[in-house]
Amino acid sequence: MAENILEVRNLKKYFKTPRGMLHAVDDVSFSIEKGHTLGIVGESGCGKTTTGRCILRLVEPTSGEIFFEGRDITKLGRGEMKKLRKDMQIIFQDPFSSLDPRYTINQTLTETLKINKIVTGKKAIENRVLELMETVGLAERLINTYPHELDGGRRQRIGIARALALNPKFIVCDEPVSALDVSIQAQILNLLEDLQEKLGLSYIFITHDLAVVNHFADEIAVMYLGQIVEKAPTQELFDNPMHPYTQALLSAIPIPEVIENRQQTILSGEISSPINPKDECRFAKRCRFSCDGCREKNPPLVEVKPGHFVACGRCGEL
Amino acid sequence: MAEDKKKAVEEKIPEDVALYLKNLRVKFVLEKETVYAVNGIDITLKKGKTLGLAGETGAGKTTTALSMLRLVPYPGKVECDRLVVDGKDVLKMKQKDLEKFRGADLAMIFQDPMTSLNPVFTVGQQIADAIMLHNPTTKEQAFKSAQQMLELVGIPAARAVEYPHQFSGGMKQRVVIAIALACNPGVLIADEPTTALDVTIQAQVIAMMKKLRDERGMSMIMITHDLGIIADVCDEVAIMYAGKIIEYGTLRDVFNHTKHPYTEGLFNSLPNIHNRDERLKPIPGLMPDPSNLPKGCAFAPRCRYATAACKEKVPEPRMVSDTHMVACSAYDDPAFRIERPEKD
Repeated sequence: MAENILEVRNLKKYFKTPRGMLHAVDDVSFSIEKGHTLGIVGESGCGKTTTGRCILRLVEPTSGEIFFEGRDITKLGRGEMKKLRKDMQIIFQDPFSSLDPRYTINQTLTETLKINKIVTGKKAIENRVLELMETVGLAERLINTYPHELDGGRRQRIGIARALALNPKFIVCDEPVSALDVSIQAQILNLLEDLQEKLGLSYIFITHDLAVVNHFADEIAVMYLGQIVEKAPTQELFDNPMHPYTQALLSAIPIPEVIENRQQTILSGEISSPINPKDECRFAKRCRFSCDGCREKNPPLVEVKPGHFVACGRCGEL
Repeated sequence: MAEDKKKAVEEKIPEDVALYLKNLRVKFVLEKETVYAVNGIDITLKKGKTLGLAGETGAGKTTTALSMLRLVPYPGKVECDRLVVDGKDVLKMKQKDLEKFRGADLAMIFQDPMTSLNPVFTVGQQIADAIMLHNPTTKEQAFKSAQQMLELVGIPAARAVEYPHQFSGGMKQRVVIAIALACNPGVLIADEPTTALDVTIQAQVIAMMKKLRDERGMSMIMITHDLGIIADVCDEVAIMYAGKIIEYGTLRDVFNHTKHPYTEGLFNSLPNIHNRDERLKPIPGLMPDPSNLPKGCAFAPRCRYATAACKEKVPEPRMVSDTHMVACSAYDDPAFRIERPEKD
């Protein structure tokens, strides 16, 4: 088996709220092989973004272990973590709010390089900035433009250049294309793919768009209310979804083709509250297969086929 | 203006047409520049049909919709040869008539349910307000009808006394739909009604809209950038680019017998759900700046089939079948075909 760049074990993140403990991420475990992409999909509030941020310790996990290249990073101090962040970067969803409006492209990238002392010397920094801009497909003439002068696609390219500036090994891409138009979305996805091949990057790709994750990820974890309900290699998950929630998600994808009488499974109800969840299957209320047993115990994630994990109490019988 | 009126007398709109729009142009005159948002759009929507208006950000979809309600904000200048909804000539309406027309004949659902509801009134009141505006009725009666409307969109009537912040995004959008449908409009414009929602909730809302549309025999204009939703909901499709409709036809015409290079580019940009290894083929470049549109075809700078002539001449709309229009000069050459294969 290939080497894992990242391994997450029993990650939990609870937030204290006036109404009780909010279980944003509740006992999540997964690993990513070097050079691979793990897609995390789920709807708003399922904990996918919090998971991504916990891994970089932008949000402190409540408990759990995160091994990056074999080292548990949850125990590291501030200084060591700062050094490590060179290897782990993040691209944010919204290219409109994740860039400083008062900084030009040049300033944004130069600052990153200077703070982390990646290259020193005025000339060297300037060269590196130009090189980064070329890597992400930004024209040199844009070097002194401000974010507000640029469209969403170009802004997202700056976000990517900023993440690449530190020569990371691993990038968390948090919905990097959901704010963009389809023709631009395709440009950015291709860019991320090319960079992965060229630089040997590993990604976590967080998204709610199943068509995108199907194209982009090697393995997919489906999250629901803070937990992974199904995890499998991409092709396997799409060919053979086992969890009723995954099945409903796949069936809800709008397909841009003329299909006569498409049969869709439409879920009733909405996501329930993540505050003080009971010990029951968290999807049971919306599940068309749920029975009394589902309401007694939260089913664990079990391996039903090599590499295919499902957390469903009735998975065997259905 | 006098000429416009004369034309209006000449042209008779058939009975089965719910909405007829002829040569709509909208520009925003700013201090330094003029933004040409919509540049000549014709729409004929038959009763009971749904038209999908697709295109990317800045194509002019929302401005087109707002023009139909005559709600384009200052400094927008709207010019239009003809706009007839349900047999009523909207361009001739005075302010008072327009207030009656909006909501009763033509209603609109906006993209963002979080901002289109008033946070300080209960949802029941807001639906009742819409009903009372158009029907002479008592407050109590209107509130009762509001509760029925809520039931219709799948919200328990008891929740009519709650405020918008007590509802989830999907529920809020249902309330907005209830308001739009409260006065039984003949035509409904839905502007990206599910963009802010999660996929499973989106599927719920779309299924509900389809059901209500069919039950009421309503005509609909669905504005979206998602071709998957168009395929699910619409009978006809208009693809917009830089303020113009560049391809128009039945769902089958546009999806299975695609003619315009831009439409082809849109399809190629989408990940193929059946073949995950296929590399995406994005359209290079960006949408042109609407204050500085290219001289010839607006898509020519990004088009891989473009010839020198395309950059000079604005393409004329041409009918390739009874129902299928395409605006592309490359078809001047009868042998021209795009790469996307045809399907049945």
